[in-house]
Amino acid sequence: MEDDAPVIYGLEFQARALSAQTAETDAIRFLVGTQSLKFENQIHIIDFDDENNIINKNVLLHQAGEIWHIGTSPADKGVLTTCYNKTSDCKVTGCAAVWRMPAEWESGSHESPDDSSNSPQTLELLCHLDNTAHGNMACVLWEPMGDGKRLISLADNHVLLWDLQESSTKSAISSSATLEGKGQLKFTSGKWSPHHNCTQLATANDTAIRGWDIRSMSQIYCIENAHGQLVRDLDFNPNKQYYLASCGDDCKVKFWDVRNIGEPVKTLEEHSHWVWSVRYNHSHDQLVLTGSSDSRVILSNMVSISSEPFGHLVDEDDLSDAEDNGQEEKCKEPLQDSIIATYEEHEDSVYAVEWSSADPWLFASLSYDGRLVINRVPRALKYRILL
Amino acid sequence: MDADISASAAGSVTPPDSDPGRKRRAHGMLKHYYGLNEEGKTDQPESLDPCDINGPHFDPEVFLNKLRKECSLAELMDQESCMVKQIRALDSDMQTLVYENYNKFISATDTIRKMKNDFKKMEDEMDCLSTNMAAITEFSARISGTLQDQHTQITKLSGVHTLLRKLQFLFELPARLNKCLELQAYAQAVSSHRRARCVLQQYSHMPSFRGIQDDCHAIMDQLAQQLRQKFRDGGSSAKDLSECVELLLQLDEPAEELCDKFLSHAQSRLEADLLGLEAELRVPVSASVPITSGDPASSSASKALAAPADEGPAGSTPSRTLLSPTSRTDILEFIDRGCNEFVSSLCLVIASYQELFINRPQEGELASKNIPQMANGKLHSFVDALAVRYFTLVERRIQEEKGVGDNSLLVRALDRFHRRLQAVSKLLPGSAVPSQGTEIVVRAARERIRQYLSALQSFYLDSLTDVRQALAAPRLSVGGAGVAGAGAAVKDASPSLPDLLTSLSGSILNQIKSVLASVHLFTAKDITFSNKPYFKGAFCSEGVREGLVVSFIKFVCQSSRQFCESAGDRGGTTPPALLLLLSRLCLDYETSTISYILTLTDEQFLVQHHSPVTAVTALCSEAREAAQKLLNHYVKVQGLIISQMLRKSVETRDWVNTIEPRNVRAVMKRVVEDTTSIDVQVGFLYEEGVRKAHSSDSSKRTFSVYSSSRQQARYAPSYTPSAPMDTNLLSNIHKLFSERIDIFSPVEFNKVSVLTGIIKISLKTFLECVRLRTFGRYGLQQIQVDCHYLQMYLWRFVSDENLVHFLLDEIVGSAAHRCLDPAPMEQSVIEVICERG
Repeated sequence: MEDDAPVIYGLEFQARALSAQTAETDAIRFLVGTQSLKFENQIHIIDFDDENNIINKNVLLHQAGEIWHIGTSPADKGVLTTCYNKTSDCKVTGCAAVWRMPAEWESGSHESPDDSSNSPQTLELLCHLDNTAHGNMACVLWEPMGDGKRLISLADNHVLLWDLQESSTKSAISSSATLEGKGQLKFTSGKWSPHHNCTQLATANDTAIRGWDIRSMSQIYCIENAHGQLVRDLDFNPNKQYYLASCGDDCKVKFWDVRNIGEPVKTLEEHSHWVWSVRYNHSHDQLVLTGSSDSRVILSNMVSISSEPFGHLVDEDDLSDAEDNGQEEKCKEPLQDSIIATYEEHEDSVYAVEWSSADPWLFASLSYDGRLVINRVPRALKYRILL
Repeated sequence: MDADISASAAGSVTPPDSDPGRKRRAHGMLKHYYGLNEEGKTDQPESLDPCDINGPHFDPEVFLNKLRKECSLAELMDQESCMVKQIRALDSDMQTLVYENYNKFISATDTIRKMKNDFKKMEDEMDCLSTNMAAITEFSARISGTLQDQHTQITKLSGVHTLLRKLQFLFELPARLNKCLELQAYAQAVSSHRRARCVLQQYSHMPSFRGIQDDCHAIMDQLAQQLRQKFRDGGSSAKDLSECVELLLQLDEPAEELCDKFLSHAQSRLEADLLGLEAELRVPVSASVPITSGDPASSSASKALAAPADEGPAGSTPSRTLLSPTSRTDILEFIDRGCNEFVSSLCLVIASYQELFINRPQEGELASKNIPQMANGKLHSFVDALAVRYFTLVERRIQEEKGVGDNSLLVRALDRFHRRLQAVSKLLPGSAVPSQGTEIVVRAARERIRQYLSALQSFYLDSLTDVRQALAAPRLSVGGAGVAGAGAAVKDASPSLPDLLTSLSGSILNQIKSVLASVHLFTAKDITFSNKPYFKGAFCSEGVREGLVVSFIKFVCQSSRQFCESAGDRGGTTPPALLLLLSRLCLDYETSTISYILTLTDEQFLVQHHSPVTAVTALCSEAREAAQKLLNHYVKVQGLIISQMLRKSVETRDWVNTIEPRNVRAVMKRVVEDTTSIDVQVGFLYEEGVRKAHSSDSSKRTFSVYSSSRQQARYAPSYTPSAPMDTNLLSNIHKLFSERIDIFSPVEFNKVSVLTGIIKISLKTFLECVRLRTFGRYGLQQIQVDCHYLQMYLWRFVSDENLVHFLLDEIVGSAAHRCLDPAPMEQSVIEVICERG
């Protein structure tokens, strides 16, 4: 049980941006971007040693400004994007850029006792995603499982598809779409679907969720009033191509089948404040993680709408395995949709939650006060899913 | 010796003697001597003593020896003299007896001699008589011998005579039958024919008889024809008819056919009744078509078909009076007509049929055909078939009875319907008709309950619409009065809120009561079907209690919940005041109304719970749940309205390039005003609730703490490079000691809790919005001013003022973090600005 205890890491600054290192499948590694208006912003590379329960951190300087969003390349471990605020002449603009981590950060990773004396290394700028014509960048999405050459950025009411050329040192808009409508429309978040050959994108603006076809850059569906209030985040079910989770300011998490957008398939209402982030587990899509500004992280088990069927057939091998784990006998009854755990380690609003890309049973959550908490799926449940 | 004499002297005839004692004694002794015992007194012990001188075994020797042995001389002397005296007496007695009887012997001998002479003469006369008799006998035999021939001739003649009379009857039969036919004396004709029938049958091989028989047959056929005709016409009286049937039966007409004919004849008449009823069903409907469609020209058959469809909306239009359409004949009239025409004639038919075919005495060969059984079967199927048609008509009519106004009419109609069917059940004991009728009544009652439920529901919804309108009306005037007058206007309008609540709950309760009263008619004592098991049990418990009352209460809760759910996603289409009102309504239901209504129902209907029924507590908890949900939703909606204002105000402003704050922003004033009006609104319906005690001047004191010590602790270190840790540390330490705040958490049923919830939501939104922005120096200062203003006014509404302080601290703290140039404003200046505003 000691194993299940959360590991907490504190940053000096407030932070909103969290990402797993997508291309890294061996080490458990998270990237956290800080938000500070007065100091140099940093990207913390958090390595978690699963066996020893130890966190190793490396700090890279991000001098461009406070980080609102981080995205990591699915192909190259060293490449990432950030959305940041640049403040100049009493003007705040949201920009985005592609960066490369310095190659040698790993060598200097073994923490010297006085970290501050070591001047931290700086990220190497690959290219800017030039947004002067399109407004503030809200987020940058990498093509899932792609070769790290295609990006989508959401800027105000524009969807921009970028091609990275010359080993990511040049970026060019290959196509774009603009959301037209009355009032000031602004994308709050988006997600690139891993299904359909990565030709689909879902975005959120105000209370609506829209689906886009990237090939034609046209809208394919629109869930008006998906949430009573602002939609904060989206995630695609990694295994079921039409399923989508969304969360928002009405404290709800909704699961949609985009073929039938009239009604959500399922609605969770467990948080007592806005839900800022929702994430499907990459391999076991019944595990859904949500983070909310009520300072809680909730892990739910949505068996009924997962790709894994209810109650596995038990064959001989499973039986013998089950005997090995005698205490897990109860796993035989079918699982219900339920909340697995509520994590209350945070004391401020949790703006980001993320599953590890390397260990499907591990996740990190980040609260505004700079506290990063790494948790595991309870072992009992893990065995029930596995066996 | 004296004793013996006296004993034997009883009963003897006293001779004319001077000494009766003596004579008697002698007589007795004689008698004794001849062994005659007087009057069978033989059982007198016979003395065997040889010394008894009167005994049969007297032995003189022994006697003498005994005397000599026992007696003295003197005694012997006495004995001797006594004996001598007795012997003398006996001798004289003997002499007198002989004298007495001598004369009698003499006369007897004379008589016998005379008789001898008389008998001789008589014998001669007898002989003479016998010779005479012999002569007479001889004469008589001679006479009878001569008369013999004539006698046989006479007998023969008389035989021929009767035969001739019979033949005459036969020959006259056709004419007679014809005459009967002419006179329509069918009964005579039939009896005549019956008498002749077998004879004719027997001698049919002879041509003349054959001719007669054929003639008869022809006539009888004609007769049967006429009878049948008469039977078919049916205009004749029942008696005629029965006579007709009887005759036909005697004419070997098949009974089955007769039954069929009779029934089919009856059927045509009954069908006419049914058609009349059906026409009545249809006529008013087609008449109503022009009314509904407003196009009288095209009221064709197709219209008539479409009419029932039109009927629905026409009946369900929200008519407050709940009266059924007046154009048609009412149901009582309809049922009356049905009863008087159809049911009564059906009864008549049944009765006469039974008299004709079933209950008549069976005689002869007819008995063997088992007619009653066959006839009974036919009757049953006949009645059933007709009844089914009648029932469908009645049911159609009942179904059209949609208006729920006057239930008594329907109940009376049903009662009449049911009552009249009892007559059928009496006539036809095994019939399914009455039970089917009861079934219809039960169905109608069920349907009625459903209608009442839906009427109640629509009434409830209409009431809600009214309330909504009433709520909307003052709201408009608020908008006209402008922002400044909002609070006052709400105050003017709001007193209607408790009034609305009381009028709403009152009218609902009244409606329920009136519905209960209407439904109660079904179980009234004078209604025939009220003592059927259904109306005693299931109707009360399942129908009225569960189907009507409980369903309605559930509906109220359900629809209340729907207000929360449907409105939740679309952002509050229901006015919040309505939510509040409904929440209070549900709460009132939970505390008192439900149990009151159910008790009322149970009392009125004497509900015996055979099946498990919904418990009061379950309903109460449901109502409470609904109330809670509504109140939560109210908090959420109100919170969101204020949140929305705050959010817009934060998001749309350029906080980096704002000017130095001179005023509290209007939106903050608006927030305080709205909160005040919500406070007033909630105060009308909910109690104050508990709040933590606060100091005499909370707004001032706590705020100074917040601004002077904490604020400085927060911002001062920010200028040194090592600051961030300290800032975090401070706020974290603070959080360690404050409880976690659930923003959208359930509230309690009191004002303070409701307002706390709303304020929590608003301020948390404010906080999150601030964190998403970047501030300039004046932006931060503006936030400071705003927060101070909120601080001044909001603390009084909440249960725990620290909550407000904490959230406001958090807002200012976050704003400071998000500030490019965090230079806080002087506390005094803030206060001046706020007080000026």
